Amino acid sequence: MTVADIAFYIFSLTLVTAGLFTVVARNPVHSVLWLILSFLSASGLFVLLGAEFVAMLLVIVYVGAVAVLFLFVVMMLDVDFAALKGEMTKHVPLALLIGVVILLQLGLSFGVWESSDLAMGQRQAVTPDIKEVQNTAAIGQLLYTKYIYLFQSAGLILLVAMVGAIVLTIRHRTNVKRQDILAQIYRDPAEAMELKDVKPGQGL
Amino acid sequence: MMEFFTTTTLGIALLVTGQALLVIVPLFVALAFLMYGDRKVWAAVQMRRGPNQVGVFGVLQSFADLLKYIVKEVVVPAGADKFVFYLAPMMTFVLALIAWAVIPWNPTWVVADINVAVLYIFAVSSLEVYGVIMGGWASNSKYAFLGSLRSAAQMISYEVSIGLIIIGVIISTGSLNFGDIVAAQDGNYGLFSWYWLPHFPMVILFFVSALAETNRPPFDLPEAESELVAGYQVEYSSTPFLLFMMGELLSVVLMCALISLLFFGGWLSPIPGIPDSILWLIGKMLFFFFMFAMVKAITPRYRYDQLMRLGWKVFLPMSLGWVVLVAFFAQYGAFGGAYARWAIGG
Amino acid sequence: MEDLLREYLPIVIFLGLAIAIGLVFIFAALIIAVRNPDPEKVSAYECGFNAFDDSRMKFDVRFYLVSILFIIFDLEIAFLFPWAVAFKDVGLLGFWSMIVFLGVLTVGFAYEWKKGALEWE
Repeated sequence: MTVADIAFYIFSLTLVTAGLFTVVARNPVHSVLWLILSFLSASGLFVLLGAEFVAMLLVIVYVGAVAVLFLFVVMMLDVDFAALKGEMTKHVPLALLIGVVILLQLGLSFGVWESSDLAMGQRQAVTPDIKEVQNTAAIGQLLYTKYIYLFQSAGLILLVAMVGAIVLTIRHRTNVKRQDILAQIYRDPAEAMELKDVKPGQGL
Repeated sequence: MMEFFTTTTLGIALLVTGQALLVIVPLFVALAFLMYGDRKVWAAVQMRRGPNQVGVFGVLQSFADLLKYIVKEVVVPAGADKFVFYLAPMMTFVLALIAWAVIPWNPTWVVADINVAVLYIFAVSSLEVYGVIMGGWASNSKYAFLGSLRSAAQMISYEVSIGLIIIGVIISTGSLNFGDIVAAQDGNYGLFSWYWLPHFPMVILFFVSALAETNRPPFDLPEAESELVAGYQVEYSSTPFLLFMMGELLSVVLMCALISLLFFGGWLSPIPGIPDSILWLIGKMLFFFFMFAMVKAITPRYRYDQLMRLGWKVFLPMSLGWVVLVAFFAQYGAFGGAYARWAIGG
Repeated sequence: MEDLLREYLPIVIFLGLAIAIGLVFIFAALIIAVRNPDPEKVSAYECGFNAFDDSRMKFDVRFYLVSILFIIFDLEIAFLFPWAVAFKDVGLLGFWSMIVFLGVLTVGFAYEWKKGALEWE
């Protein structure tokens, strides 16, 4: 076994174990922490494949952003996780079915990818040689030109996500004093105050 | 003998461990003196003396502090989640330290010479928010919890602008490797070909975002002594607290290194005739550390709504607009290719 | 491939060293320092009275909104990285493709601004 093999087994084992604990951990926060560990091991696997960019992206986007949101939700939203866990047994058959279907689909696509000569040819046609072009640059050379429609639809999806998030969550509080910076800056002493000559003993 | 270190797996591992220690040990020693320097700067600004008892002029103060931390009792609050409580400072410290693996010290001295070094730094700093959230949550104290919430929102807000500012530099360089970024700044005009000039507004934005990202004043809202006591660290004592402090200081110094490498030419010499050297890099880092200390000494704390406004309504649009501007400059070769260093072979 | 692993080995070693140093610090205090807990000492910090309820509570939905918006902008940055690296190779089509992408997201950003999602109140 080479070092790469040992690293592969370590990462895979951690990934699977962490995934398991994500599901079975009692405390939802611990679940998220296990999930983070599994993301990190997955990114280790990507590094072993030579896909540095995807590995870093997995950490930046999933661990650095998505899991933060998860953590926010489970830490601070008042969800009764015990009740949710209790209902879990009810959904086990359906969940298993979905799992098996996904596994079959993965197997199918993997099989085609590995066995078909055509797939091999296509893969080589698309990707430049890893030794000549770093894979960040390789992705860059393809994504914005060859896959321009997919790229633009990703942009539209992000737009929809942005609008959706705002529509769903925005609640304007009333009776809140907001700071209007421009109004503060452009406030003119001449308008803001008035000098009055107050006579003694009379007031205004 | 040399073959053992360059060919066998164990040899390489030992060699790399040696190199890593060569970075970590001086870094820790430097950290002790930087902490002392930091305190002396604040003291000078506030016309106090600062630490002056331990050793000559108090230079050994940090080592005395280390001993003090170790002999203090570790208090774990009753309602705390013990595992997460210890994990949080570990996480802050470990992440702050491993980022240093990819920082180059001169063209050949770099422990981990990976192609995606900038992305790696970005990834590690995006994880740093966990130490804070976990610390605040695990303590089961209201102050800690509020501090960590604020801090999490603050750190992620400013990460966006840091990312966008870095993109501008990457467009000009075409590489994610720090060595290449510094090499691209080595132009014909000495210190005027460094990126601080073409990317000038972003230098200031980066510095301010770095302050916010590392929770330094004037953006130290998670700690805000007067409102939140000490924010997410309130329940921590002894070495777990020390780990938080060291982690924070390490990331401050890392930010100094990043500014020096991305905008100020790293190890390049500003004066013609004096050779490039690691000393220049260290000197630049020290200068920016001094700036960090001065900012801490002289600025009042921001209010939270002002902080979020600055991040989302000022820095984000400015840095995004700058990325587009740089892209246009680079695409159409404006300013004699100052924004397209890959085009002039830099 | 082996070269790539050689490049990443230092990071693993750094990680190991960092964890080791951190553990040494924590265990040093756990072993050397006295431990003498009492109920008052281990109670959560409060301003002189006992905490009314659990500190982990619901909080403003605004924090979620900020983190969702952060995910979106983070993804935008993720798309920008390979583009910036391959800038010289993507040509005019790639260049304008990204400008359009950024334009679409700027529309979203303007919407956020208009709706007051960036307002902290």
